[in-house]
Amino acid sequence: MPGLLDRRLIFVTGKGGVGKSTVAIALGVLAARHGLRTIVAELASQARIRDTFEHDGETFEEVKLSERLYTISIDPQLAMEEYLQVKTGAVGQALGASRLFQAFAMATPGMRELLSIGKVWELAQPQRRTEGANAYDLVIVDSPAAGHGVGILRTPRTFADIARVGPIAHQGRTIAQTIADPAFTAVVAAATAEEMPVNETLWLRDALAAEALPLDAVIVNALYPSRFTARERGRLRKARSGSLGAPATAALRAALSEHARAQGQQEQLQRLRDGLGLPLLELPYLFAETIGRDELDRLADALGTGIAAPDRT
Amino acid sequence: MSVADLLEGKHVCVCGGAGGVGKTTTSAAIALGMAARGLKVAVVTIDPARRLANALGLDELENVPRRVEPERFAGHLEMRGELWAMMLDPKRTFDELIERIADDPARAEEIKVNRVYAELSTAVSGSQEFTAVAKLFELDRDGDFDLLVLDTPPSRNALDFLDAPGRLTSFLEGRALKSFIRPTGLGMKVLSRGAAPFLSALRRVTGVDLLSDLSTFFGLLGDMTEDFSTRAAQVQKLLRAPTTAFVLVTSAQPAAIDEAVWFRRSLNEGGLPFAGVIVNRVHHDLVADGDLDGVRAELAGTLGDGLAERVAANLADYHVLARRDALGIERLERELGDRPRLLVPYLDDDVHDIEGLLRVHRFLFASESDREALIAQAVS
Repeated sequence: MPGLLDRRLIFVTGKGGVGKSTVAIALGVLAARHGLRTIVAELASQARIRDTFEHDGETFEEVKLSERLYTISIDPQLAMEEYLQVKTGAVGQALGASRLFQAFAMATPGMRELLSIGKVWELAQPQRRTEGANAYDLVIVDSPAAGHGVGILRTPRTFADIARVGPIAHQGRTIAQTIADPAFTAVVAAATAEEMPVNETLWLRDALAAEALPLDAVIVNALYPSRFTARERGRLRKARSGSLGAPATAALRAALSEHARAQGQQEQLQRLRDGLGLPLLELPYLFAETIGRDELDRLADALGTGIAAPDRT
Repeated sequence: MSVADLLEGKHVCVCGGAGGVGKTTTSAAIALGMAARGLKVAVVTIDPARRLANALGLDELENVPRRVEPERFAGHLEMRGELWAMMLDPKRTFDELIERIADDPARAEEIKVNRVYAELSTAVSGSQEFTAVAKLFELDRDGDFDLLVLDTPPSRNALDFLDAPGRLTSFLEGRALKSFIRPTGLGMKVLSRGAAPFLSALRRVTGVDLLSDLSTFFGLLGDMTEDFSTRAAQVQKLLRAPTTAFVLVTSAQPAAIDEAVWFRRSLNEGGLPFAGVIVNRVHHDLVADGDLDGVRAELAGTLGDGLAERVAANLADYHVLARRDALGIERLERELGDRPRLLVPYLDDDVHDIEGLLRVHRFLFASESDREALIAQAVS
């Protein structure tokens, strides 16, 4: 099995609120450091990644964030117009311009997902279909939350089955094969060490297995440092009963909270380890007001200790 | 201001927000508090934590509300009304909807085995949102409860909940295709000459099978599409009723606040009744910037230098989070205008049992002054 950074396409998925976008960009920062021309693609059209880099510009454009690192926010409607133009020329263009057709296509269940993932597939091709576009070494997809995430991976196959023959079926099958190819595609789960995200990660592994897809790595985000031992907790508790100023009392309280949360996380982490039988990649909790470039670099450092450099460079 | 004030005179409470902000727990705690105050309340959840589901005695196989035995809360709170809870089964809700609208069972069966329908009713995206609202509508129409609390489906984007049902409805109405294809069940008939190039282009892009499947599907639906339209209009009316309240649930993290601001604006634009915001997992520390240096010195005597140093460093880190959260809340407040926000502190453990639920409930239903006291208690 090739290393994570030797694939061309990585889907990062996980429950909402676990910092999936941050994990996806940090992975992108690491890949770019290794010399890979990398793009991080957001599927929901939210420009969160560009915000982190304080970058503004048009959406649905490949925007350069830093050396070798790019981002794009994929909009299903624009993906459709692009697809129609490339595949069917003038006829497709006319169709794309038809409001009726747009309404039909956008309302067809799964069509938005198919179009989005079709664009992801196009980005990952060594020979780009988009005119004048350069190839990427790696595409990292900031996918929707786990349930929708699996849905989106399944969509191409579903369309291939429903349409049976014709261009959609063909396209669906091609994309499905790409996703199923372990040399090309990896699926990474982002989680935090909490009850629901751990449950969801275990569920995700099973749901992927049902689609004959492996879960290639699990990145656990926002782990509290273990600052205090169990013995020290005793001392902290004892100190609280003494007569102290309000800030010192608050400090002890915060220390005890930290200890309790860190311990709770370690228990969940163990549950995740036992359930998965996979080594976990661990990221520290960032005590920061905002996540900017420095914070991303710290996360990329942490990822770098567990993710091997690519063979291809 | 407490949740009880927010929901005064309301029959429906929709809890919206991005995933991972404690929406399910908050919905359950809201329902619990209103039931304790004497109302008959049903909470509809989508995907609760197993432990929370067990704590409430939820059974996913039922798809109807079931009463939560008041004994579960004995000793903790006086239950003057009734708490009911259910876990939504989207596929089943969809099937039941078809059965209800179809005029005969044979037609309902035919629809249920249609491939387009099978995909439609199980698609992760859209079907949860669509069926959640459909269920809410039915429970409201049956009128068995004083208050319905809806926990919206977990999604990356809080706005999905507002958009997805409409998208699915417009598909079911078949508006987009109707003017071109007469769904006879035997095949497609082009209604107008002008449509021929359009259809041929459509066929080239989608393949003829997909089109004929769609045509068959709409043929089966027939005049049922009218019912979908009527229902959709009624649902919209319910969501916009003065007795409905949208409560926005968020955490204080910057990304969640962004989402909350968006959600608030969309509710505004959509003319949906917005009641207020609940901010979960707030780091309070009640410590001023200048206090940090003094803390280490004060604790060094009792704890020794090494441990005091780490306690102070930890406090400094949490102080950053408290400042981050305060900034986020300020930003949210600017957006809210006069609408209230209720803060729930970051509790030390995951909340997935009755005890945790009761704790969140205490924060939500406390008076303003009691809440301040509770927060002070939680951080010192």
